Amino acid sequence: MSPIKSVNDFVVKFANVNGSGSASANEMFARSLLRMGVPVASRNIFPSNIQGLPTWYEVRVSGQGWLGRRGGVDLMVAMNPQTWDKDIASIDPGGYLFYDSSRPIPLSKFRSDINIIRMPLTEICNATYSDPRQRQLFKNIIYIGALTQLLGIEADLLETMIGEQYRNKQALIAPNHQALHLGHDYARDNLAGACGLKVERIDAVKDRIFVNGNEAAALGCVYGGATVAAWYPITPSTSVAEAFAKLCKKYRTDAESGKNKYAIIQAEDEISAIGAVIGAGWNGARSFTATSGPGISLMQEFLGLAYFAEIPAVIINVQRGGPSTGMPTRTQQADILLCAYASHGDTKHILLFPEDPKELFEFAALSFDLAERLQTPIFILEDLDIGMNEWLCEPFTWDDSRTYDRGKIMTAADLDAGKTFGRYLDVDCDAIPYRTLPGEHPTKGAYLTRGTSRDRFAKYSEEGDVYQDNMQRLLRKFETAKSHVPAPVIRQQKEKTRFGAIYFGSTTPAMNEALAALEAAGLHLDLMRLRAFPFCDAVSDFIHAHDQIFVIEQNRDAQMRMLLVNECGIDPARFISILNYDGTPITARFIISSITGRMTMTSREAAE
Amino acid sequence: MTYIVKPKLRHPAIPVNKLGFTHRDYEGTVSTLCAGCGHDSISAAIIQACFELAIEPHRVAKLSGIGCSSKTPAYFLGQSHGFNSVHGRMPSVLTGANLANKDLLYLGVSGDGDSASIGLGQFVHCVRRGVNMVYITENNGVYGLTKGQFSATADKGSKSKGGASNMDTALDLVSMALMVGASFVGRSFSGDKEQMVPLIMAAMRHPGPAFIDIISPCVAFNNHAGSTKAYDFVRAHNDAVNRLDIMEPRDPITVEYAPGTTEEVALHDGSSLRLAKLDANYDANDRIMAMAYLQAKAAKGELVTGLIYLDKHATDMHANLDTVDSPLNLMSEKELCPGAKALDGFNASHR
Repeated sequence: MSPIKSVNDFVVKFANVNGSGSASANEMFARSLLRMGVPVASRNIFPSNIQGLPTWYEVRVSGQGWLGRRGGVDLMVAMNPQTWDKDIASIDPGGYLFYDSSRPIPLSKFRSDINIIRMPLTEICNATYSDPRQRQLFKNIIYIGALTQLLGIEADLLETMIGEQYRNKQALIAPNHQALHLGHDYARDNLAGACGLKVERIDAVKDRIFVNGNEAAALGCVYGGATVAAWYPITPSTSVAEAFAKLCKKYRTDAESGKNKYAIIQAEDEISAIGAVIGAGWNGARSFTATSGPGISLMQEFLGLAYFAEIPAVIINVQRGGPSTGMPTRTQQADILLCAYASHGDTKHILLFPEDPKELFEFAALSFDLAERLQTPIFILEDLDIGMNEWLCEPFTWDDSRTYDRGKIMTAADLDAGKTFGRYLDVDCDAIPYRTLPGEHPTKGAYLTRGTSRDRFAKYSEEGDVYQDNMQRLLRKFETAKSHVPAPVIRQQKEKTRFGAIYFGSTTPAMNEALAALEAAGLHLDLMRLRAFPFCDAVSDFIHAHDQIFVIEQNRDAQMRMLLVNECGIDPARFISILNYDGTPITARFIISSITGRMTMTSREAAE
Repeated sequence: MTYIVKPKLRHPAIPVNKLGFTHRDYEGTVSTLCAGCGHDSISAAIIQACFELAIEPHRVAKLSGIGCSSKTPAYFLGQSHGFNSVHGRMPSVLTGANLANKDLLYLGVSGDGDSASIGLGQFVHCVRRGVNMVYITENNGVYGLTKGQFSATADKGSKSKGGASNMDTALDLVSMALMVGASFVGRSFSGDKEQMVPLIMAAMRHPGPAFIDIISPCVAFNNHAGSTKAYDFVRAHNDAVNRLDIMEPRDPITVEYAPGTTEEVALHDGSSLRLAKLDANYDANDRIMAMAYLQAKAAKGELVTGLIYLDKHATDMHANLDTVDSPLNLMSEKELCPGAKALDGFNASHR
């Protein structure tokens, strides 16, 4: 097997032990490639554990800019004996294994069709450091040093990055530099020519930024004017709330008083978190919670209240593998139906599907406008893949002339001017009523908010027609929402095709790559990226314009397909589901093989 | 009796408070609870307290959960916004509302099923978080709307109307409130308006989590012999530790008490609270003692009422969170959005 030779197009996978300090070293490795102008996509594959279980970090280097997970491994940095066999097995034939050769490993534990790069890391560490923690931490930096030499990464870039990272801990810079050189020099002197994978400086990153979705979501909440956040810790959403706290400290501390222009509470559970969000929304503050599937399950009763009592709320759902505790540290898009129809009785909710951290930032900011305009909960359905991995995406932008849409609020002046106030009265024929905020007017506009049936003037009623009148208005309000939520993004091929594909969320990078490959193979496919539920007319128009539609999802039950069939009244036979739900992000390879098989088969059937 | 609309006419000589409001201005719609229900007396006491304190009705937000007690916010303060939320979850809704606007007076009204059973967790956490509020439980030991099941505050051995005995240990919300950091804790009885009104007034003036448990017999399902929440039983076992009066700064009310047994407590708004001790040994500022006293009396089958605990140095959740002085819900993009330039900085730090 000849060794793989590749420039700026390969996958490096680091196999580490959780808690060994490898994460920051590995991330520095990925960032160094970006500084050489080479796009990378990095993914953490981590356990539900604090210390000791296996963890992986995968870096896809792609000069062409493909940012989805590719699948396969060209270079395995095997630092975890627990997962040795599986890690060795996962290397592509002709690929490379880099490992710590301090302890002998029997020949039978290797493969003959891969290339072995040996480095006695532990020996080097033991000879250099006496403190056990240092031996562990610097081992990570030493292997990064070796990799820079093996792959041709500019070594001074890493030095600069270490300097930046330890800006406030100057004492740590020199020893980190020393470790970097130890690795680099060892590779130079002993491993020359051992690796056919190379990085060359190009200019393909441009001004893009490297950011994780949860931080982007939190920043969107800051920009969108969220002042109240209530949350309960749950993987993979915890870092949304933590990032919000950090960003608020930076951007929302009042310059004069030093006090906080925000309030964050860590609630006792998700029920309390959504309760506080609803209470704050009722009282006119922009508020949100961040959670994952199990949290949404707990919030069901409150979500129905917010729908029925028409209270703004924003829920960021960082989806993980379900059902039940499922795969808490793996990714899925499996809460679509749970959120779309959350709570008992007839309910429908607005969902947003961001494709990457940039869109997540934008949707998070937008969601508060939508929540107040439409007076209802807004769900942002991101996932672990976007949320907890650093993505290379376009820089965030903001228009300073933008103002918040606070929706229909009747003020004291309106009330004094004699405007009729009916909390559930459809004045403007868009089914969105006006609300008043508590404390607004001494004698006018007060009402009792309730989850029970009531008339247009918020008066309790068990009359069937009064109840139906309200339920019908809520349906009409959902229609109104169609013109407010982000429209789908449609990409039509130059040649007319009867095939279409529908996808959404974190599937985007893999889909982009798959599309290019399918085009190159002469398979033409129009694309529609869904960005929101309810589906506007463009969605059903796209479906009707194609005979066969692939629906690509990251769940078992084809939930988006069900929602499309149900809400657009489409014949299910029109759809072909492509489902990836093993907990790892969908790959272009998987999409290409699934679509190619079906398209060639269908073409053959047509020819016969 | 929702078909009955209260007449708008009023007697020209009807008393008005310093805001010019009459008692009627603090009322709500006509109650639909059973005739003689203790809860209606509590509503009347809330109305009286707000009238006496000359509170602007629209500056009160009244929140409740589900149950007979949680229906009562419709029957008082008709000019206030109200929120009848979901069962046992009023505390979290109130917490969020308070976060949004610290300037309103938050009145949470709940019951023993709502707060001690389904909502015990929320009750405890809301109190321990230090939310500035008046939290009243209208405690009858029984589920009224579902017709007479025991609640978690039903005393062990007490009998239901159908004759069944409750074998589960009772939860005492007063003890729990003390345990988890309520800075004002009182207990009263719906049949004792003289005690209830000043207690509610004092709680409304208190700048922290104020909790009042009010025993409120259920005339339909829990007012029979064998019940420990019946009018007769409570009257016979009531042990009031003190009597309160609120002293307005401009309009002092003089009440005669035996010398040496009264204590004046300055309230944050300039008024003061006069506490007349009925039990000379009881110190309402000592939390540990209050907890011990409650347990000792409970063991003898006596129900301690009055102002049980007051922390004169109470603060609240907003102080803990160090929020700005103006309400968060009033802020616009000018105050909240960092703008494009800050975003450039964010982008630069992610390259």
